Amino acid sequence: MKARLALMVLLCAGEAAAQEIPAAERRSGTDFMSAQTRAVQEDDTANPGMLWVLQGETLWNEPAGAAGRSCASCHGEAATSMRGVAARYPAFDAASGAPIDLAGKIDQCRTERQKAKSLPRESEDALGLAAYIGHQSRGMPIASPDDARLDAARAEGKRLFETRMGQLNLACSSCHDANWRGRLGGSAVTQAHPTGYPIYRLEWQAVGSLQRRMRGCMVGVRAEPFAYGAAEYIALELYLNSRAAEMPIETPGVRP
Amino acid sequence: MNAPLLAAVIGLALPGSALAQDTLPRPAGIAPGDVAEGARLVADRQKSLCVLCHSGPFPNPHLQGNLAPDLKGIGARLTADEIRLRVTDMKRLNPNSLMPSYAASQAGERVGMAWRGRPILAEQEIEHIVAYLASLKE
Ligand code: HEC
Ligand code: HEC
Repeated sequence: MKARLALMVLLCAGEAAAQEIPAAERRSGTDFMSAQTRAVQEDDTANPGMLWVLQGETLWNEPAGAAGRSCASCHGEAATSMRGVAARYPAFDAASGAPIDLAGKIDQCRTERQKAKSLPRESEDALGLAAYIGHQSRGMPIASPDDARLDAARAEGKRLFETRMGQLNLACSSCHDANWRGRLGGSAVTQAHPTGYPIYRLEWQAVGSLQRRMRGCMVGVRAEPFAYGAAEYIALELYLNSRAAEMPIETPGVRP
Repeated sequence: MNAPLLAAVIGLALPGSALAQDTLPRPAGIAPGDVAEGARLVADRQKSLCVLCHSGPFPNPHLQGNLAPDLKGIGARLTADEIRLRVTDMKRLNPNSLMPSYAASQAGERVGMAWRGRPILAEQEIEHIVAYLASLKE
């Protein structure tokens, strides 16, 4: 009976009766990296993501748009006013009646308060501001708002995470819940926690957003990625944040 | 492992299946595979993707995944007809398998434009892979 059970488990291993990862077993992507890459992340003078943080700091203080105001004109010192902000996004946006992510919120301030041109997703300026604001929450635990208006999107994110996609017919959970201990080709699969974003990715030689990372996984399974800024990515981010609740923010993370 | 136990377990995991359906003959009109071509296809990281999940006696061991059984000696463990079934459509043996179905167009949602309606490999390409894997006797 024991052998039979073991075999059953074996036959079903590798897949999507995918159990969620118990809180005690949660591990940041950082834990899967080589000591060398980890050292680069941990040393601010070596972490290339810090260049984007510095660029973001410049933009924070620079007046922009028809209003002629900077982020600092309204928010003052980011170290105080922005501390903990990245830890609680995506949040519910009353104006649009939908969840909004940090990049969307930054752009909302740009267009509506500064009366400046919208910053395209993944542009250097958008990533710099997101890295600078994210960095203010480094070390703080991810604390998605306990807001019932986010529940539907969070549930949708979970559904998407568990939906088999693409020609390869794999769900996020096929890899990141069921096989996080494994290696896909030469790469550690990891648990897909959003703790380090925006990250400096060695493969990109640049900083990129969580959405860019998710897009990469979708293209990898030969699925049509969602458009940048799509509600689906924000729903996925909400679910990722609930999977990673209480894990410390590492922005700017470094990844292989 | 003894065969009756295996049969019982597969029967349990997948009601209605039996060991007799554990094989797939070479389809009509498909020529016997070419071992060298099969070796090239198995190692191809962009097209067939086998080595992203499987290790085995292939080039670049450090770039091989470990999400699936090692394919070393697979030709001694399984017949060509058994291998063909698995490469064609592992989900007939294990509906929850991580392994994509290579011939059947059993795809997930939102298949990318370039891949829509297409199998991952052509039947003849699968036949090359079958010939190569069947040759891995030790
Ligand atoms: C076939 C396996 C596979 C599937 C399916 C998959 N991923 Fe990934 N994912 C990976 C691998 C491997 C990495 C690490 C890549 C690297 O380090 O080069 C990764 C990395 C990530 C990361 C980065 C984690 C970090 O520490 O920075 C996130 C977030 C992520 N995936 C989310 C997703 C989401 C969301 C989906 C579904 C839309 C998904 N993944 C589907 C294999 C997969
Ligand atoms: C995304 C992961 C993945 C990919 C890609 C993949 N496989 Fe598999 N394969 C598996 C898993 C997992 C199993 C174990 C059986 C199961 O799923 O129940 C398996 C089983 C097998 C078996 C049976 C092994 C045994 O010891 O019984 C063969 C043969 C095989 N695969 C060949 C291939 C070939 C050839 C390719 C490429 C053309 C390939 N696989 C691509 C995941 C994969």
